[in-house]
Order: sequence, then C-alpha cells, then structure tokens
Amino acid sequence: MAENEFFRLWVYLSASPLLGLTATLIAYQSAYALYRYAGNNPLLNPVAISVLFLIALLMLTDTPYTEYFEGAQFVHFLLGPATVALAVPLYKQLNKLRTLWLPLVTALLVGVAFAGLSAVGIAMALGASKATLLSLAPKSVTAPIAMGVAEKIGGLPSLTAALVVITGIVGAVIGTKVFDLMRIKDDSIRGFSLGLTSHGIGTARAFQQSEEMGAFSGLAMALSAFTTAIILPWLLSLLCIID
Amino acid sequence: MGLLSGITLLLIYQLVGEVLVFFTGLSIPGPVVGMLLLLATLIIRGHVSESLNATANSLLSHLSLLFVPAGVGVMVHFQRIEAEWLPMGVALLLSTVLSLAFTAFILSVMIRLTGKRSAPDGGE
Repeated sequence: MAENEFFRLWVYLSASPLLGLTATLIAYQSAYALYRYAGNNPLLNPVAISVLFLIALLMLTDTPYTEYFEGAQFVHFLLGPATVALAVPLYKQLNKLRTLWLPLVTALLVGVAFAGLSAVGIAMALGASKATLLSLAPKSVTAPIAMGVAEKIGGLPSLTAALVVITGIVGAVIGTKVFDLMRIKDDSIRGFSLGLTSHGIGTARAFQQSEEMGAFSGLAMALSAFTTAIILPWLLSLLCIID
Repeated sequence: MGLLSGITLLLIYQLVGEVLVFFTGLSIPGPVVGMLLLLATLIIRGHVSESLNATANSLLSHLSLLFVPAGVGVMVHFQRIEAEWLPMGVALLLSTVLSLAFTAFILSVMIRLTGKRSAPDGGE
C-alpha cells in the first residue's frame, strides 16, 4: 500500500518538471528546424519563435511560469557551464586578441556607455516611468549581471531579464543586416559589436555565422558584463539619473 | 567519457568562480570569473584537450536553446509591457540598432587608426 502511494507521489513530482523540459526541447528543435528550412533567415530567430510558442502553450493550458520553470531550469542551468566554455573559442583567437587589444578596449568602454545611456535617454524622452528606465539601462549585458545591476540601481530585476532577452533577439535578428549596410565584413568587428549589444543571444547567432565571429562576440559579452557592472551605476549617478 | 570529463571541468571552474565571487563580494557572476580562470589555464598550458574542446563545441552550438526558459519569463511582465510598450519598444529597438552600428564604427575606426589590419580569415 505504502509503496503504491510512494509511486503515485513520485509520478506526481516528476511529471511537472518533465513536461516543462520536454516542451522546451521540442519547441526549440522545431523552431530551429524552421529556421534552417528558411535558409537561416534571421527573422525566424529560434529563440524568439520557441519563446512565442511556449508562451502561447502556457497561456492556453493556464500554466503559471513558475510551474513551467520547474522543468525548464535544467536547460537554464547550462548557461553557467556554457559561459565558462566560452574560454575555449577565446583561447583559439588569442593571437588576434593580442594584436587588437587597444581598439577592442576603446570600443568596449564607448560601446558599453552608449548601449546603456542611449536606452535610458530614449525611454526618458518618451516618458517612461523611472522603474522602467532603470530596468532598461543594463539591457545589453547577459541576464545574471543585468539583473544584479538593475537591483543595485533601483530597477526591477525580473523585468530587466525580459528586456535583456528581447534586446538579444533584436540584435540577433537585425545585427548582420546593420553590418552589411555599413559594409563591415570583418568577422571580429561584427562579432564584437553583436556580443557587446546582444550578449549571449547575439553570441549564439554569431557562432552560427563563423567560429571567429562567435569568439569575438563571446569576448565582448564577457568584457561588457564586467564593464557594465562597474561603470553603468557610476555613469547614471554622474548624470543624476540615480542618487 | 570525453564529454563527461569536459562537463566536469567546466562545472569545477564555474564552482571556483562562484566561490571567489562569494568571498570577494565582486559584482560579477561566478561563471564569468570561471571563464577567465579557464582562459588563464589554457594560456598557461598552451593547448585545449580533446574532451574540453568537444564539450565546449557542443554546448556552444546550442547556446540559443539555453536562453529559452528566461525568454518565456517575458510573460510575467505583460501588464507593464502593455502599459509602457511605446517607450520600452522604441528605446530597445533604437538603442540596440544604434549600439550595434556605433560599436562597429568605433572598432573599425580604431583598427584603422592603430594600423592593425586583422589577419585574413583562415590565416592561422
């Protein structure tokens, strides 16, 4: 008898993480197949498509996000080791990094300040609330850092996480178009700019283009994470946007 | 076995990164510290092991997938997004396009100024 109940409990507990996880993997693989089928059309960004599909599914089945995340967290967890793994492509680009360090550092500092302040400035001009402004400021850095910065300056960390993902998708969708229009062909420049602006989602897109572009995007993502955490709160208080 | 030792190595570096962040109170995430430590190790050792290389490649080739769970979290903020969609949307879109262009512009100008032509692709 007791064994039977134990079994039922086990089934009950394992069922919900299993569904969230399976749905995530199926949604992503279908979205990825669609993306490949359409000749890697950036408009069909696999992250965007799978997110839209999963939101629709959760709303239709009346499932709260926290319940979905029970299962999806196993995928989410891999972001940590994947970030560490970026050291490998970076190491392979080491020679190029050595040659380009001065241009990269300059672009990093200017780019990080610009990415944060331009979002705040535009939203301010359009009358966004202060909580929204401050949640927007760290939009270009990878989610865990952006959430930390948002908390520090008085934004809403979970809103920031959402804005970070949208920024990543926007960059991944239009990035290559922008570089093509500017006639920038160098994969190190394309990768670095995409990673600085659109963090990991941009980096994922960059790796689909070339290993070099991916490595520079990963580098920019890591460096801008540091730099933003240090200079963005300082810049915002300098401009009297936060106390 | 290769994949297993590769993922173990990545997790160990992440763990060391998290521990360092915890004790130093740095405002950067543990995985980023772990990445820098691994990069330093690779520079010192001078090569990437087969298993680490294979693991890193397979994780990074599916990097997009890892952002999906956080992305679905957008649904929690539908109300605020509905109320402020215009400033939020315009700021995100415009700022992202401008940042992409501006960073690429500064970087290419600096590369030209310092006279450092980047090596042609596949020249290694």
